[in-house]
Amino acid sequence: MATIIEPTIFELSSPGRRGVTMPASDVPTVDLPAKDFLRSELPLPELAEVDVVRHYMKLSSFNYSVDGGFYPLGSCTMKYNPKINEDTCRLPGFLFTHPLQPIETVQGNLALMYEMQDWLKEISGFAGVTLQPAAGAHGEFTGVLMMAAYHKSRGDTKRTRMLIPDAAHGTNPASVGMLGMSVVTIPSDSRGNVDLKALEAACDDTVVGMMLTNPNTLGMFDENIEKVIKLVQGCGGLMYGDGANLNALLGIVRPGDLGFDVMHFNLHKTFSVPHGGGGPGSGPVGVSQRLADFLPSPLVGIIEEGDDETAPLYGFVNPKNSIGRMKAFHGHFGGGLVRSYTYILMHGPDGLKDIAQYAVLNANYLQARLRGTYRIPYDRICMHEFVMEGHFEGSDVRALDISKRLMDYDFHPPTNYFPLIVPEALMIEPTETENKDTLDRFADALIKIAEEAKSQPDLLHNAPSTTQFGRMDEVKAARELVLCCWLPENYEA
Amino acid sequence: MTYIPISPQERDAMLKTVGVKTLDDLFEAIPAKRRFPKLDLPPALTEMEAAAHLADMASSNENVRQDLISFLGAGAYNHYVPSVVDHMLRRGEFYTAYTPYQPEISQGTLQAIFEYQSLMTNLTGMEVSNASHYDGATATAEAVNLAYAQYRGKRKKIVMSPSVNPQYRAVIRTYSQGMGLTEVGDEAGNHEDGPEVLMSLIDEATMLVVVQYPDFFGRIYDYKKLIDTAHEKGALVCVVANPTALILLKTPGEMGADIVVGEAQPFGIPLWYGGPYLGFFTTKKSYVHKMAGRLVGETVDVRGNRSYVLTLTAREQHIKRERATSNICTNQGLLALGCSVYMSVLGRQGLQEVANLCYQKAHYAAAELSKIDGFGLCHPEPFFHEFVLCTPKPAGEVNQYLLDHGVLGGYDLSTDYPDMQNHLLVAVTEMNSRDEIDTLVALLKEM
Amino acid sequence: MNAPSNLKYTKSDEWFDPASGAAGITDYAQSQLSDIVFVEILVDEGEEVTVGKAIASVESVKASAEIYAPAAGKVSAVNKGLSEKPETLNSDPYGEGWMIKIENGAAGEVMDSAAYEKYCEGRTH
Ligand SMILES: Cc1ncc(COP(=O)(O)O)c(C=O)c1O
Repeated sequence: MATIIEPTIFELSSPGRRGVTMPASDVPTVDLPAKDFLRSELPLPELAEVDVVRHYMKLSSFNYSVDGGFYPLGSCTMKYNPKINEDTCRLPGFLFTHPLQPIETVQGNLALMYEMQDWLKEISGFAGVTLQPAAGAHGEFTGVLMMAAYHKSRGDTKRTRMLIPDAAHGTNPASVGMLGMSVVTIPSDSRGNVDLKALEAACDDTVVGMMLTNPNTLGMFDENIEKVIKLVQGCGGLMYGDGANLNALLGIVRPGDLGFDVMHFNLHKTFSVPHGGGGPGSGPVGVSQRLADFLPSPLVGIIEEGDDETAPLYGFVNPKNSIGRMKAFHGHFGGGLVRSYTYILMHGPDGLKDIAQYAVLNANYLQARLRGTYRIPYDRICMHEFVMEGHFEGSDVRALDISKRLMDYDFHPPTNYFPLIVPEALMIEPTETENKDTLDRFADALIKIAEEAKSQPDLLHNAPSTTQFGRMDEVKAARELVLCCWLPENYEA
Repeated sequence: MTYIPISPQERDAMLKTVGVKTLDDLFEAIPAKRRFPKLDLPPALTEMEAAAHLADMASSNENVRQDLISFLGAGAYNHYVPSVVDHMLRRGEFYTAYTPYQPEISQGTLQAIFEYQSLMTNLTGMEVSNASHYDGATATAEAVNLAYAQYRGKRKKIVMSPSVNPQYRAVIRTYSQGMGLTEVGDEAGNHEDGPEVLMSLIDEATMLVVVQYPDFFGRIYDYKKLIDTAHEKGALVCVVANPTALILLKTPGEMGADIVVGEAQPFGIPLWYGGPYLGFFTTKKSYVHKMAGRLVGETVDVRGNRSYVLTLTAREQHIKRERATSNICTNQGLLALGCSVYMSVLGRQGLQEVANLCYQKAHYAAAELSKIDGFGLCHPEPFFHEFVLCTPKPAGEVNQYLLDHGVLGGYDLSTDYPDMQNHLLVAVTEMNSRDEIDTLVALLKEM
Repeated sequence: MNAPSNLKYTKSDEWFDPASGAAGITDYAQSQLSDIVFVEILVDEGEEVTVGKAIASVESVKASAEIYAPAAGKVSAVNKGLSEKPETLNSDPYGEGWMIKIENGAAGEVMDSAAYEKYCEGRTH
């Protein structure tokens, strides 16, 4: 039998125990619908409020978090999330407005969304922005739908192939797969740029476009970016930018200025929406002029211009050739847009540039400190992150072992095994919100671990040893598939 | 304001280690003529100024707690959220963690998701729940993806009830643009019909039947017959359900549904002007490999501790790439936790109280409103906490009149159903006191 | 690594038995995938397959793969029980782990066992 460190909420339940109670009804009682319409049992837990609090407090103590320590998870931009955001997004005027209220009653929300659209345009150099997508992948799907709609509107129906570099995140090909397009993988060259020869060979009149992360997932800004875009657009394709790495570019360069046609933002990376243990995020999408008519509907627009005395009336407008609706209502307003709006407002143009500069400085500093100890396959000035190889000549230690050992030093590991083109990849993104001491401690730990890999490899193979939980049996989980603790048929027992 | 914890001296030392002179030197890979654009954004505010500015913006809204009496539902519901919920969500250990890719130091998130999965399957009467989708609409669209994958593109027809939330149907149309599907059942004018009408549309080419429970007009149907018919033809059935209603009503699982999805916003998530909300997705175990999204399973660690991991991850985009059923990566993790805390702290009995209050108050409102001359319930079917009120004037005019008196009357159904001019969709929850209901009734009497 | 000499092999790690028409994944493939937890046969009995058509999809704890037809012809049998016991692919890839049978299958580009063994060795460093 396994040892149970914290029982589940069901196991903690005791029949008859009460938590929060509701007021008595103040209206005359009517009968419930006929019994045929009702459920026979409600197998849900029964606990007191204190039981619930202790349970979740206990669970919270099992988590590593940005508030608790350094979390250099590459591609995820685990920056510190300012506490003020938590207050602004919970202001009653935001919390308690219904998405279908008449626009006259929610001008504050609409003004915020309108400004947010404008700011994101300004930051990225795009002509239009939708705030609707819920996360990065959702934004990608939105972008790919617009690319398809654009070609279709021109009667250009041959285009079914999307070019995607081999270093791309899985959501890129998956977004393309959802539309039934095919993926053409484009290799990277020895400097971590798109291989121009391969790209040129792939460009023809069947190309929808290219999805490029820039800086890419190696942390490299493509040195030929303008040539890449020219090649793709030269054959009639559209250029998609995966904006997951925008943190490196704030105030540094605007993707729209470089010629990208469409890009998603990850507000939960760049603009400090906390990751929430997996979400929610927010994935607005910016587009160039030629795609603006295809944006999802609705957008926030000005319905009646204002003047010196009166504010404009904000409301919803539908783009002419809109691809349609991506989700219910208007995007991740409260938990996404309000937090990011607060963040941008507090940084201003110079503050945003500082973010990018220090994110890049921190990554380069760590890279410089670890060069020599770990192999860095694409070794040049990186942007906000870099990738090194987590293995050593003549040793069976793997990247995973190094990651697990880092936990013993009280650090969150980097991203493992991504991008796929680097063997035993360790992808490190420190972000701008870490100080030099933390970076030094982290580099020292990794250097020490490299020594341990030689002298005491079992320390790595058996790591982590100081954490509350050790390595998990993933095969057991997948084979036995225990996915919930209380199947209805077990309820009686 | 800055959150960068590096002093100028430290910066200079770091630049030296890197081997460059200035921060700007780090950006030589960027085309020079595009480098360092001047951004036209408002100047930075301090925390104190930003807090005041945001408070101003928020208070320029009229909200449904302090300013307006609300009977607006139509997919988002005004419910009470116990204080504990937000206290737990404000734990940095939860909200500043990433997706639990490293299970040894993410057991809090993982166990919480496992419990969420358990709560949702028990609520819906299904066997498997994923860790969440963006919202009810995209969860429904993912049900289409599942069915499409299940039949490997060999069946391409959806039978869609016209009384599924119009926004959900719109999202499905957007999502399925590349699949070449046909959709039947959804034609304008069919909305007065019950589920029987859909039965004749199901055939051997049908991959999925989609219905809502209670439907968009609040009506409660037992879908068992419809589901049996679909199964005879080999089609799957997706039921879009309201979680508050499920506290009381027979589960779609009991009716035989293959997929039960919906919007869990009513369970502990504020209205927040439409998001972020929480799409739940539950199904039968036999479809688990075709289900999108993250999934947590129980296992043990090397020390023999019961623990939890993300499992069956090879279904997902990071491994299966273009062959994955869906591209979803980031989901609604924190809100799934909020939903679990909500369900736990109300518990079985507290939830039953919520459902009962909704039911009682909605029925009181319906009874009183139908007593007014010219008003009446449009549908005879049983309902839960939402119903269609037939009004003597266009619902838009009724709403404007009510708004002038500080009341959000309900949802004007002509927005989506052009022939439903005089149809107001009214939602009543535990938040509506008898006084509020009486105010609505009195106002309409005077109209 | 085990590669019976009566079978033919593809570069994408499928095996084909010219005698029985059976096809599946090789021992090398299953060991690379490691613990297989899901298999779905993508073709039905009676269906015509061409060389290289996807006939099955396999998922393990950490990877996924498409399996392609090593020969062209009509599918005469499908191993229906396999989806219930995907771990069979790990334990008995050439026996109980067969996926489909192709009637009078005309093999595409295939190797004999010696060539395949060499090919696999070349890939493990
Ligand atoms: C490079 C890249 N692209 C896309 C995504 C997908 O974004 P999301 O998780 O918000 O859907 C990620 C996130 O992990 C990413 O790192």
